[in-house]
Amino acid sequence: MWSFFHKLGSPPWLYSISGVILRWLLPITLVALAVGLAWSLLFTAPDFRQGNSYRIIYIHVPAAVVALAGYYVMAIAGAINLIWKMKMADVAMRSAASVGAALTFIALITGAIWGKPTWGTWWVWDARITSMLILLFLYLGVIALYEAFDNKEAAGKACAVLCLVGMVNIPIIYKSVDWWYSLHQPASIKFTGDSTIDTSMLYPLLLMIVSFYALFTCCLLMNMRAELLQRGARTSWVKKLALAGKSV
Amino acid sequence: MYFDSFNALLTMDGHGAFVWSAYLITTLVIAAILVAPGRRRKKFLRQLAGELKRSRGGPNSSKEEA
Repeated sequence: MWSFFHKLGSPPWLYSISGVILRWLLPITLVALAVGLAWSLLFTAPDFRQGNSYRIIYIHVPAAVVALAGYYVMAIAGAINLIWKMKMADVAMRSAASVGAALTFIALITGAIWGKPTWGTWWVWDARITSMLILLFLYLGVIALYEAFDNKEAAGKACAVLCLVGMVNIPIIYKSVDWWYSLHQPASIKFTGDSTIDTSMLYPLLLMIVSFYALFTCCLLMNMRAELLQRGARTSWVKKLALAGKSV
Repeated sequence: MYFDSFNALLTMDGHGAFVWSAYLITTLVIAAILVAPGRRRKKFLRQLAGELKRSRGGPNSSKEEA
């Protein structure tokens, strides 16, 4: 167990193991995404009330779910860096921020496009939508704050504190549709009790959610690999890698 | 397949523009976040390799290495 944590702190080990993982996970993710997209666009029946516009659910919900999960990853990594000063946690935090920002952007933009035919408006200052916008600003804030520091150790600490303070926003996003009942509909998939979504729509949606989790993992690992190299530019293993001329 | 014709798939009963633009934007963003880290990593490795080769070839290379 401890030797695993010891290895986790070793950049060359993490670099090579993530390369092996990606060699498998990346193709699987791409195939799952392609199957999920084709299924949701071509093979599902339209919603009886919203018609075909509901198809946006298959990208909107997975992006939003994983954008939230990504925030946990970022905040937990930030906390680990604050408490145990693990460098790899700092790398993970910085790497998660850009992927999370991209997914939150997808959730917001697809939500706006979905809102137009469904609600008659691109945007409302609804609690769910506003709290998701704050999530985007938190992600962008972490990226901007990180780049603002020359001293990366101080940057890591400041960003970790920002991440943890921003955690306040997470339960607000979850509960917003119940606390302030406005345009955004409540959750259709429930872990406890029956989901209010037909299985013919549930299965492609679940596939897309799993695909987006895999996508997040792939992007996180790829970002971490780039970050590991840049931080280790003066170490012998990175120099050896650069001189070998291999891009793998 | 749900749709009867290619045209029905494109228009989606008037919702086509919304659905297709949402899917297109999502695909573009996903492609960007998948491609960007690999490019950044390869560019960095190329640059570092160039710097290392230059410094090795230079007259004071042994001092710099130490």
